[in-house]
Formats: sequence, C-alpha cells, structure tokens
Amino acid sequence: MTTTIPQQPTPADAAAGGTLLQARGVIMRFGGLTAVRNVDLTVNSGEIVGLIGPNGAGKTTFFNCLTGLYVPTEGTVSYRGTVLPPKPHLVTKAGIARTFQNIRLFANMTVLENVLVGRHTRTREGLFSAIVRGPGFHKAERASRERAMELLAFTGLADKAEHLARNLPYGEQRKLEIARALASEPGLLLLDEPTAGMNPQETRATEELVFAIRDQGIAVLVIEHDMRFIFNLCDRVAVLVQGEKLVEGTSEVVQNDERVIAAYLGEPFEGAPADEDGTPAATADDASTTSEQENDR
Amino acid sequence: MTDLPIAAAEEAVAATATHGNRRTAPFIPLPLTAARATTLAGAVITIASTFMSWTYTTDFPGDLTVSGYPGGLQIMTLIGAILTGVVALGTFGLTGLRWLTPSRTNNGVLLLALATLGTTWYTVIDIAAKLGGLANLDPGGFVAFIGALVLFAGALALPLDRHPEEPADAEYYELGRAEGISAVVRGYAWLREARLHHSELRVPDARKLNRWLQRLVIVVVYALGLKILTFGLATDYSDIFIGYLIVLAVGVWGLSAGGLLKQFQQLTQHNKKFSSTVGVLTAIAYPFAQNNELWANLGASVLIVGTVALGLNIVVGLTGLLDLGYVAFLGVGAYTAALVSGSPFSIWSGTQFPFWAAALAGMGAACVFGVLIGAPTLRLRGDYLAIVTLGFGEIFRIIVRNLDGVSGPKVTNGPNGIAQIPDLSIFGYNLGDTHSVGSFTLGRFANYYLLMLVITIIVVLVFTRAADSRIGRSWIAIREDETAATAMGINGFRVKLVAFALGASLAGLAGTVFAHVTNSVVPDPYVFSGSVPPNSAFLLAAVVLGGMGTVSGPILGAALLYVIPQKLSFLSQYELFAFGIALILIMRFRPEGIIPNRRRQLEFHEDETPAPGNRPMGDDTVPATTAGA
Ligand SMILES: Nc1ncnc2c1ncn2[C@@H]1O[C@H](COP(=O)(O)OP(=O)(O)OP(=O)(O)O)[C@@H](O)[C@H]1O
Ligand SMILES: [Mg+2]
Repeated sequence: MTTTIPQQPTPADAAAGGTLLQARGVIMRFGGLTAVRNVDLTVNSGEIVGLIGPNGAGKTTFFNCLTGLYVPTEGTVSYRGTVLPPKPHLVTKAGIARTFQNIRLFANMTVLENVLVGRHTRTREGLFSAIVRGPGFHKAERASRERAMELLAFTGLADKAEHLARNLPYGEQRKLEIARALASEPGLLLLDEPTAGMNPQETRATEELVFAIRDQGIAVLVIEHDMRFIFNLCDRVAVLVQGEKLVEGTSEVVQNDERVIAAYLGEPFEGAPADEDGTPAATADDASTTSEQENDR
Repeated sequence: MTDLPIAAAEEAVAATATHGNRRTAPFIPLPLTAARATTLAGAVITIASTFMSWTYTTDFPGDLTVSGYPGGLQIMTLIGAILTGVVALGTFGLTGLRWLTPSRTNNGVLLLALATLGTTWYTVIDIAAKLGGLANLDPGGFVAFIGALVLFAGALALPLDRHPEEPADAEYYELGRAEGISAVVRGYAWLREARLHHSELRVPDARKLNRWLQRLVIVVVYALGLKILTFGLATDYSDIFIGYLIVLAVGVWGLSAGGLLKQFQQLTQHNKKFSSTVGVLTAIAYPFAQNNELWANLGASVLIVGTVALGLNIVVGLTGLLDLGYVAFLGVGAYTAALVSGSPFSIWSGTQFPFWAAALAGMGAACVFGVLIGAPTLRLRGDYLAIVTLGFGEIFRIIVRNLDGVSGPKVTNGPNGIAQIPDLSIFGYNLGDTHSVGSFTLGRFANYYLLMLVITIIVVLVFTRAADSRIGRSWIAIREDETAATAMGINGFRVKLVAFALGASLAGLAGTVFAHVTNSVVPDPYVFSGSVPPNSAFLLAAVVLGGMGTVSGPILGAALLYVIPQKLSFLSQYELFAFGIALILIMRFRPEGIIPNRRRQLEFHEDETPAPGNRPMGDDTVPATTAGA
C-alpha cells in the first residue's frame, strides 16, 4: 500500500496539536431512552482517537450527533472553534467526514462515481455549467476525476474504478467508503467499525491505511470492537458504556481499567448509571479468560 | 478463458462452457444433426406454406386466400421463418451467415423460432376464431401450423447456453415434479435460459471492423429500423399489427440473444458522434418516408409525450422522487403558451409572442410552478411526496377549471379552455401551411414534428449533460441513499429542488408546442390517469416501461404506449386494463425496463476491453476445425 496520499494540506493543519473537535455535554434521548448521556470529547489534530464500548453503548448514536444526522437533545459540537449546525452537509463542508457501520455506498454507481460524489462540497459546478459545458466545466471535472483516481490508488482500488460499488467484496466496500469520505478533504475522519467483517490480513491493511491517513494530517476518530486494532492504533481511547463516558486515556490506562473489563462483561460497577435492565453478572472464569486474551494482544 | 471453436464445442454438448456459460442438454433429446435437420425442415415447410392459401374467404384481414405469393399476416410468418432459418444456418456454421450469431449460442435460434411459432399460430387460431371454426382453414393453414411447430421443436432440440448462476435443470425438474406440471415448468425454464444477459454474451469485438464498414453498418441498421417502423405503421388491421409486434419483439430479442445487438452497441459507442448524427437524420427522414399527415401527427404526439417522459425521468429515474402530478407542468407550459399566442380566447388576446419568447415563458412559468410545489414538499420522503404531488396535480386542473370568470377571476376560460390558438410562425415559416421540399410536401403536422424533434434533441442534450456531471451524480446519490448522500456533503433539499425545477421546465417547454399542435388547451387532459395520453400515469408508465434513468427508454416507452393502442382499435375500452397488465408483466419479468440502465448492465462483472481469446470479427478468421476442447 502506498503511503502517499495526495492531499493539499489545509492551512489550519499548520496549527498541529490544536483542538479540532470539541463535543460538550452531548445528550441524545429517544423518547424515554437516553442513548448518549452528557458526553464530552475532544480530538486534537494529528491524533487517532478510539471510541469503544459494548454493543448498544451509544457509540454510533454519538457519531450521528457529531455529524448532524441526529440533532442532540442537549450539548454542542464545535469544529476548529466554531459550533457546527446540525446539518450533515454543513458538517461535511466544515471538514468532518465519516463512514457508516452498516456500509452505505451508492450501490448502483461505479467506484469512481462514488468517490466523485464525495467531492461534492469541494467543487462548484452547477446545473447551468453542466449543460453549457464550457472550458471551466471540463477543467473542474478533469481535476475531480484525477483527485478521485489518486484516492482510489491510495486505498488500493484504482483497478476497480469502473466496477459497480455493489459488486465489490466486503472489505473493498469498506475501503471505498473511506476513499469517498477522504474525497471531501476532511480535517477529521470518523470511522464507524472500519474492520467489521474483515479477515486478519484486511484488518492489518486497514490499520496501515489509518496510519497513512493520519500521516496526511487528518485526525481520526474510530469506533471499533477489535481491541487489538484499537490499542495498536490509538493515541487515546474513550470508553462509552450505557451512553456515558466511563474512562478516557491512553491504551494502557484503558486496558488495565477494572471498570472497562467489567463493563464489557456486563458486571455492575461503581458509578454505573443505575439502569433499568439487570444485566446478568459474568462468572469470574469469563473475566479471567477475556483479560488474558486482551493481554495476549 | 478461451473460446472453444464451434465444431469442438458442439461435440461437448452437455458438457461445460463455451463463453463462460454452461451449455445445457436440450429440451427434446435428439442427436445434434437430427435437431438441426428438423429446425431447417421446419423453416422450409413454414416458408413454403406462406405461398399457399390459408383460408377460403377474403373476410379475414389481409386476404390470405391467394396462392403464389404471401400477403397480410403470411408476410410476418415468412419473415420470421426466413430469419430463423438463416440465423440457424449461420449458427450451425455455414460460412457467410455466421455473423448473424456472433455469440455462437443457439438461444437466439430458439427465440426466433418462438417468434415464428407465435405469429403463425396466432394467425391460424385467429382465422378459426374469427371465421368460426377450423373449417375455414385451407390446407396451407395447416401446413403453416405444422411447419412452425416442427421449427420450434427442432430449436428445442438444440443445446442452449445459460448463465452459470441460473438454477440447473435438475432444480427446475424437481420443482416441476413436485407441482405435477413438469412440462410447463421445464418449458418455462428453457425460455428463461434463452434469455442470456447482454453482458454475459461473449462476442467478437465489432470495433475491429474497418471504420467505414462500421459506419455503413450503422447507417444500414438505422435505415432498416425506419423501414420496419413505417412498415408497422402502415399495417391496416389490428390483427396484422399484432402479428407484426410478435415477430418484432421476440425477433429482436432473439437477435440480441445471438449477440448482434451487443455488437451494434459496440459500434454505436465506438462511433458516438456519427451514430447520433445518423439517428437524428433518420428521425428527420421520418415525415419524408411517409408523406401522410396522420403519421406525422402520430410522430409529433409521440415526440411530445416522449420528451415530457424524459423530463419526468430526471425526477423519477435519476433523483428517485415519485412525482404523480407531473403532467401539471405540461399544462402550465401549454396554458402559458396559449395565453401569449394571440388567441381570441386569451385574456391577452392582443399579445402574440414570437415562439422563442413563448417557449421561454412556458419554461419559466413551469419552473416557477415547480419550485412553488417543490419547496414545501421536497422535505418529505417517499410515499408522502407521491401523495402530495398527486394532490397538487389535481389542484392545478381544478384551479384552471375555475378561473373562468364565474367561480374565480377570468384567466383560463374554465372548462372551455383557450381555443383557436394560431399556428406558429418561425422566421416567416408558418408551421400551419403546407410547404414543399423538393418533391416532398410537408404538411402541418410534419412541420410540428420537425419542430418537436428540435425540442426533443435539446431535452436529450440537457438530460445527458446534466446526468453526467456533479449535479447529476448528486441526484443519483440521493436516489441510492439519501442519508449517505447528505453525509457526503450534498444539500439534499437543494439538489432535489433543482431536479424538480428542471424536470418541470422541460415539461413546460414541450407544453408550449403541445398547445399549438392541438390548437386549443383545455383542463381535462391534465389528470392523473385517463385513457387519453398525456396524463401522469401514462408518463410514469412510459418511464418505467422504457427504463428508468436512461435517455432512450422513456422515449421508446412513450412511443410504444402511444402507438400500440392507436393501432389496436379493439383495445379502446380496455386500454387502462391492458396498461395495468403490461406494467405488471414488466415489473415481474423485466423490472429494469426495456432498455436497461448502463448501471444495470454493469451489474454482472464485465470487461470492457476485449479478452485476448476473443475472435476478431469476420468468418474467415475463425479456425473452424482446430480442436480446443
Ligand atoms: N433512532 C433511534 N431511535 C431509538 N433508539 C435508538 C435509535 N438509534 C439508536 N437507538 C438506541 O440507542 C442505543 C445505542 O445504540 P447505538 O447504535 O449508538 O450503539 P452502538 O454503541 O453503536 O452499538 P454497536 O456496537 O452495536 O454498534 C441502543 O439501545 C439503540 O437501540
Ligand atoms: Mg454502532
């Protein structure tokens, strides 16, 4: 895999280390269910941040709040210091791109067209220009295509440019989602379980890809259940349990936190949101095997 | 993958794979030579029968009593049988005819035989039914009946190619046994197999032909198409037209199963500019090919509904918004043009805009109307949008009905509409008059046909250019997955509104001509569903039938839906019923429409560049005997 991503660095990248994303007190309620409870999260530029938690913890819901797909019940999300309006296309325009847990490609478009759609916010040509087809149109179209092909080469899909997205194997569909997201020239990329359904080799390749993306000055916030992947990759990991942020810190801190292990096994812990459903406590055996596995990694 | 040379492949009948497809054991188990002989014998008998008399009386449409030369429906049988015989000879390896089946499959022969069988049996049964019994058949009729059957039986004894993913014979067989109707199910299975997808066909690359030869082929095919079209329009009786439709539809299907259509598509794609020029010239030639006002009127009407359907295709096919009130925009354009036409019934009876200004006004008004309807409704999704547009469509008609000076202000003259719209005059060329061009005369409808052709070309250009651009891609993205599209930075509401307004403007443009062609505008045609063509259901059906998201699909769909009921006069009472049946059949058997979207064609893996093993075109280069098995 090539590690050169052709990328025009945005001016703000110069201010490395600055805060990119800041979510403050985000709460998301669906009727009586509070899926996200008062979560704060910051992502600084150049960082890879992991977001983990058991199934149903509210990770995807939190992503949706960040990207404007959901309007948070309370709380604000700001990017580079300005508060984001809860409209997905404006969030993307501001510089946050995302992928989806359940792949959402444009199935009947070609791979290249999928990436071209990702360039929508960074190009201007409207209907009139498309119909008249002046030199400006051709120039812009050519530039878009070149850039899209570069991204396909970067993700290793260049030879599949003319295939329909629906005909790609699963792993390549996930890569294409990443290429499409990168096409919007984001400063922050949100990945929702990028390795779900992948085999170990593909997961390794995705790891490389995420590092390569970070090396281009794009910060990454990634949800993943594969702990080895997360702990290899992330500078910082936040743990979400039942909608609440339980712990945040470096891989070591999170890995060795009793409460995290307990949460994954459904054991009640100090300060857990007193919740309606009594989750059965796991046996000690289970706990030990899991922690062993995690130590193995 | 290497293609097996024909001879070798035929030895390996039931075994696997020429062309990457599986070759199946034939439906009727006969040795290959016997099967071929039967097919050819059937073709010969059928051809011979068309020179005999089929019935005693001249009461049957088209006079089939004459011995010595074919007439009426016999011509359809003759064409079908000759085509089947010739293609079969080519498929069997007769040098000089092989180009008719570039894919070297027997599937096309089976379908052509089916076309012959269909039209022949239809004729014989029609004679018996119309004239009251088999007694009315001459021996020739029986010979035809048997000949077509032998032909079809012979074709059923040929091994077919089938797509590897289709269920195996055994599965169908089991299914058939379980349901106790094995013969029917197996027969159905065989017909399914005859239906190889376009992209599954491996054909020699037609682009290797000499450039000039390629262009010659394009010209010949277009000319032949025009000839076939005018031939069909010239049929005098519904019966003959039905026979014509059977031969045409199943015959084209058969030729396409043999790979000819795919090669032709390669040619047109390779000579894009040339073939579109020839296409336009062919369309221009239409009113000259038939110096007949009736057909010119038909042509103009088809172009109007086709153009409007193409506009609707932007909204429905590209953007995926179900608009059930689209015909209202045609109405807005027509009424606008009528108001500024100088008609004595217009409230501005003094003002007469030149055509370009009227056209712009019609487009502008439709566009404004589109934005007004779109702005509040496009935030809705799916079914809600459909219901709301349905309502707005009706509201338009009711408002126009009531703006008569009694129930409301006098603008549209209510139910009486605006009559006596004068004919257009463009650069001093009055479209209402008859003009002579050389030895041809162009009547009123021919003039309007040519004007409409210009407008259709404009709309086609707008459609194709818009579809292949940033905005067009965003429409398709919205259709595919609106949530993902907005997450990719697309302002869903805005691009949907642009699609809606553009679609409305194009309908409005067609409407301005429509008003002049029909001389008057009244509110009644602008309904959701009715038996007279421009209504929303008709337009939607044209798009779905022809192929959503394609350029030629809606135009073809509109042409079929407009012309077929006109030619089949007995349908008049059952038109909507037939319409519904046709749509159900299309949805069941060909949901992508007659002309599938390029995207659908890509669905199966395809390699655009010819595989190294592919034969170049031309018979002499095919090594017929080298073993490859
Ligand atoms: N639109 C919605 N309406 C109602 N409840 C919802 C909605 N979306 C999510 N939820 C609920 O919110 C909770 C959090 O779901 P979410 O999908 O965010 O979990 P997750 O952490 O992403 O889990 P997983 O690891 O399985 O992807 C779940 O209980 C879910 O049922
Ligand atoms: Mg999730």
